[in-house]
Amino acid sequence: MELYKLTIHDLHEMLAKGETTSKAVTEAVINRIKAVDNKVKAYITVNADAAIDRAEHADKDIKAGKANSPVFGVPIAIKDNMCTDGIKTTCASKILGNFIPPYDATVVAKLKQAGYIMPGKTNMDEFAMGSSTENSGFFVTKNPWDLERIPGGSSGGSAAAVAAGECIAALGSDTGGSIRQPAACCGVVGLKPTYGRVSRYGLVAFASSLDQIGPLTKDVTDTAILLNVIAGHDPKDSTSADIAVPDFTKALKKDVKGMKVGIPKEYFIEGMDPEVEKAVRDAVKTLEGLGAKVMEVSLPHTGYAVATYYILATSEASSNLARYDGVKYGFRAQGAKDLLDMYVKSRSQGFGPEVKRRIMLGTYALSAGYYEAYYKKGQQVRTLIKRDFDEAFKQVDVIATPTAPTAAFKIGEKSADPLQMYLSDIFTISVNLAGIPGISIPCGFTKTNLPIGLQLLGRHFHEESIIHAAFAYEQATEWHKKRAKL
Amino acid sequence: MKISKQEVEHVAKLARLEFSQQEKEKLTQQLSNILTYVEKLGELDTKGVEPTSHVLDIKNVMRDDVIAGSLPQDRALANAPEKAAGHYKVPLIIE
Repeated sequence: MELYKLTIHDLHEMLAKGETTSKAVTEAVINRIKAVDNKVKAYITVNADAAIDRAEHADKDIKAGKANSPVFGVPIAIKDNMCTDGIKTTCASKILGNFIPPYDATVVAKLKQAGYIMPGKTNMDEFAMGSSTENSGFFVTKNPWDLERIPGGSSGGSAAAVAAGECIAALGSDTGGSIRQPAACCGVVGLKPTYGRVSRYGLVAFASSLDQIGPLTKDVTDTAILLNVIAGHDPKDSTSADIAVPDFTKALKKDVKGMKVGIPKEYFIEGMDPEVEKAVRDAVKTLEGLGAKVMEVSLPHTGYAVATYYILATSEASSNLARYDGVKYGFRAQGAKDLLDMYVKSRSQGFGPEVKRRIMLGTYALSAGYYEAYYKKGQQVRTLIKRDFDEAFKQVDVIATPTAPTAAFKIGEKSADPLQMYLSDIFTISVNLAGIPGISIPCGFTKTNLPIGLQLLGRHFHEESIIHAAFAYEQATEWHKKRAKL
Repeated sequence: MKISKQEVEHVAKLARLEFSQQEKEKLTQQLSNILTYVEKLGELDTKGVEPTSHVLDIKNVMRDDVIAGSLPQDRALANAPEKAAGHYKVPLIIE
């Protein structure tokens, strides 16, 4: 049995019984990276020696009975936009190409406290701006199910690493679908928690009112385990919510009798792949068969979500990315004639085309004369989108939708037209605007053997309801047991 | 065109970015397409709708004014592209 194929909960059990060691697991993962990452290209930085060294220490602690969590001694990859003390954190951007953070993000500090092993930092769209990982400033990550296709994005490196067995689980971040959509494309589980559930301290900011960190795992049980580790209030993030964190593994129940599942009619639109629609409708039938009560709901402003998002997210990004000026850290262009010229040259040479495009759009939307027409209007429509969900959740406990309108598309297929790329996030974006939690789980495969994702959405701070529904569905199906062949 | 090349040049100046002529033309086209798409928000009547800047009901988070850990100077300067005498060094600002 190959250890890299196992889950956190499998390995935790084996480590506790002394059936394997953290060193053996970590070596299996590092060897797997060496064997397949030249094809998949999931990692920007591989932390091989330090990881094996940490694993040796973990084994001593496990023997001494000091293992304090289910992730103890387990290799979990980190998306390269979360700060890791002493380990390069690039955001897949040339502007941060040499940046070595002097501190850990809170999620990383929590994982360290829980004894995890860090095999490396994963590739992404530059500054998390993209849906395909093609916007990485370094290289494109490939989908382990079909190397000619995108792994989704922006957390494409994390999703591909989980799917390829190049880690046991991973963290990603989600601003408009960047955990859920790559999870769907790569056939893994990905959860975006409620905004404020997980600290953003040390996460390189893209759009601060939308960004949220979450797990990418091989099954729902691992998602609950990893969310337990990273959730909670953090005084270092003033937008993290001071609200009690339940034990999410308690929500892993197979019985969904009486659970009300809503199907938003606006999500089954023209242009959706028929295979995706069928898989999602079949998944809803499975939930119904398990005792859930299925009903139609309406989210009338769905058609405005992408437009709203690309005003608000780019506006926030243009402000957040103003800090990259070549002064305190990151890339500085040579040969500038004065300070202003240094700012302009450093930014123009350091940022890639999509990042520049979004900075331009956001700067325009916030500039004098356009603020009311774009930014304020976007914020008002955001209110309407949020109210749609508030109304729907008066009738149902969870909402079921496709995660993405199609399975993974071909590399290069949408890169020429930014708007087409933006529209691939149509089912995930409203969730960030409303701040609610969402999970994507595998619900089938296309005829060409590409994974399809089912998205389940819940009320604010009710991750338990979507974990519950997702677990019940997963246990009734076999999709999560399929692994990509490489 | 929703946005002119002159406007693109103005916004680039505000954003501290520079582009080649070719890039400017491409951006003008792409931003115009995106802005035309975004115009659909105008279909909605939002009169009297409160804008949402933040989804949670958290306001004015305060903490006690106590000294906490901070980075020592050498670590804070470790990523500086140029430094001198414990400071960040930048090109000439005033003649």
